[in-house]
Amino acid sequence: MSNDDILLQVEDLTTSFRIDEQFYPANDHINLDVYENEIVAIVGESGCGKSAFGHSIMGMHHQEQTKISGKIHFKGVDLLSYSNTQLNKVRGKEISMIFQDPLTALNPLMIVGKQIEEGMKYHTKLSKNKRKQKAIEILNEVKIPQPERVYSQYPHELSGGMRQRIVIAIAIACEPSLIIADEPTTALDVTIQARIIDLLKELKRRMKTSIILITHDLGVVSEMADRIAVMYAGEFVEIGEVKRFLKNPLHPYSKSLLYSLPSKNNQGEKLHVIKGVVPSLNHLQRQGCRFKPRMNGTDDSIHEETPTLREVEKGHWVRCTCYKHFHIENSHQVVEEEKDDVFQGQ
Amino acid sequence: MWKFVVRRILIMIPQLVVLSILVFILAKVMPGDALSGLVETPGVDSSTIEDMRTTLGINDPVHVQYLNWIKGLSQGDLGTSYIHQRPVLELLEARLWNTVYLSAAILFLTYLIAIPLGITAGRFHDSLIDKLIVGYNYITYATPLFIFALLMLFVFGFQLQWFPTGGSADINLEPGTFSYYMDKIYHLLLPALSGALLATVGTIQYLRNEIIDTKMKDFIKTAKSKGVPEAKIYSHHILRNSFLPIAAFLGYEITGLITGSIFLESIFSYPGIGQLFLQSISQRDFSVVTALVMVTGVATLIGTLLSDIILSLVDPRIRVE
Ligand SMILES: Nc1ncnc2c1ncn2[C@@H]1O[C@H](COP(=O)(O)OP(=O)(O)OP(=O)(O)O)[C@@H](O)[C@H]1O
Ligand code: SF4
Ligand SMILES: [Mg+2]
Repeated sequence: MSNDDILLQVEDLTTSFRIDEQFYPANDHINLDVYENEIVAIVGESGCGKSAFGHSIMGMHHQEQTKISGKIHFKGVDLLSYSNTQLNKVRGKEISMIFQDPLTALNPLMIVGKQIEEGMKYHTKLSKNKRKQKAIEILNEVKIPQPERVYSQYPHELSGGMRQRIVIAIAIACEPSLIIADEPTTALDVTIQARIIDLLKELKRRMKTSIILITHDLGVVSEMADRIAVMYAGEFVEIGEVKRFLKNPLHPYSKSLLYSLPSKNNQGEKLHVIKGVVPSLNHLQRQGCRFKPRMNGTDDSIHEETPTLREVEKGHWVRCTCYKHFHIENSHQVVEEEKDDVFQGQ
Repeated sequence: MWKFVVRRILIMIPQLVVLSILVFILAKVMPGDALSGLVETPGVDSSTIEDMRTTLGINDPVHVQYLNWIKGLSQGDLGTSYIHQRPVLELLEARLWNTVYLSAAILFLTYLIAIPLGITAGRFHDSLIDKLIVGYNYITYATPLFIFALLMLFVFGFQLQWFPTGGSADINLEPGTFSYYMDKIYHLLLPALSGALLATVGTIQYLRNEIIDTKMKDFIKTAKSKGVPEAKIYSHHILRNSFLPIAAFLGYEITGLITGSIFLESIFSYPGIGQLFLQSISQRDFSVVTALVMVTGVATLIGTLLSDIILSLVDPRIRVE
């Protein structure tokens, strides 16, 4: 991957939310590159700032409640310098979004066909008939049976899996070069999850779209993503290729995430549980390592007070200098084996 | 769609039966009957009255009386007013239409005022304009209708003399002519405006809250992520969803109008059923009271029917089972 392939370059992004007249960063000086035609997964516990990140890219935040600084380079422009009107030309056309809950992501009073077409009205010059034709084609692409019929159905007439296909259809309607998928399978049951994952992979292959895949499901990550970025308390703590990461996670938080999953090899044993929860924005300790309060003590003689994100091998970045000394009780060397086994039971 | 409407109308039948039984019981427990007024009349002795009671069916078993009453109702026989000595139907007809006009005018003005205010408050919520509108809402909510109506009558009717102070039309005008209708509207305006200015509370509050809620919904995010400009997000997504509770509220609104008209019509000496209702109660003209209760009940049922039909038109989810 060369620099020419970079589609999106997030530089020093800080997104702060207003809580009682004060602004607290939910994303703190974040850097991330997204290349053409790749799937980057963003993982982390609930509340760590994944959605805040995805929403920042598209300027989806409420303007008065949010402060954003940094740069978001996309195809030669800085999206953060764009006005809302300018962003409307990017949203849906260049970058689009897939939302978590297909029950609420669709307008209950509008037939789904119209919801798919809507973006085309603003981004293309297609006539009404052409738009309808295109919408039906897209319904076909997301594998909806009887697309002509479904075109004029309302969301409540469709099953959850079908609705998520509609949400995806909306996202791909204008063939964007980047899709931000915020937990696209979390609200679905397991068998449907698998089909949606297959669909996304196929669409990505065909349309050469890049996807930022926000999830807390490492099973989905191993199925879909090329690279992974682990987020903790508003910072990336580890970024690397998925295959290597799953074999050899370096950051203590990444390890904890992996070891807290059930697998064949730890059946019947107690799972590793990370103690505590992600602190809320206004209670977060912002000095030093943010994960420290949740660790079982560190050896201070070898411990670095404020670790920065460092490249420890090509393309593998970690925000912790003492990861080598870190040890988790009950940890298994399972990750060396077939990763598919590891994620069974997901 | 049509299936839904037919089914919904069928539901009204048992509702009407229950309503009629309630009204019938009400009529029965009221002291006296259509002939009690004659008891003291010189020259009529009690055995004659008893005979008349038998001929009129008042001594029949209750269920026979009920069925006869229903039969009469279906033929438009609402009984006879013993104060006016005229069939109740005749007494009601003209006044009923007056009340219908007044209510329609109030409803129209209410929505005319409330919908723009509700939308503005919801769209710019927490801004100065929103605070002003909410302030107006608190004031109108706390203001009693009869005091406000009296004040309006005093200021605009008697002091400024911009509006007539009573009646429903100038008696010198030929009914059916253009100027007659204009005069009717002129007579309506002040009472309608007085009612409407206070009736806006519910609609404004509902619309405002609904818009604020809908703005936060996920499908609004979906629309924004498609690149839909904000104005279009409002017109295509937020407003339609926000009008649902307003439509659902219509039936309730109509009930409120009828209660409201009792005060308004008395204060503005407007010859409608509200005014008649108060008069009849004070004169113990029970056959009229009973008929009016029945009419109001039916109006309420029709109001909820309308609500449901409108709702089913806007909301596809309601059309299915
Ligand atoms: N509009 C907002 N105003 C104030 N705080 C917010 C706002 N949106 C998010 N937050 C806070 O920012 C932090 C990050 O939230 P975010 O939604 O990005 O988490 P997430 O990683 O997507 O979690 P989840 O897995 O639950 O979706 C949380 O502490 C959350 O409470
Ligand atoms: S820097 Fe220290 S406290 Fe932070 S994750 Fe690494 S070992 Fe734990
Ligand atoms: Mg989220």
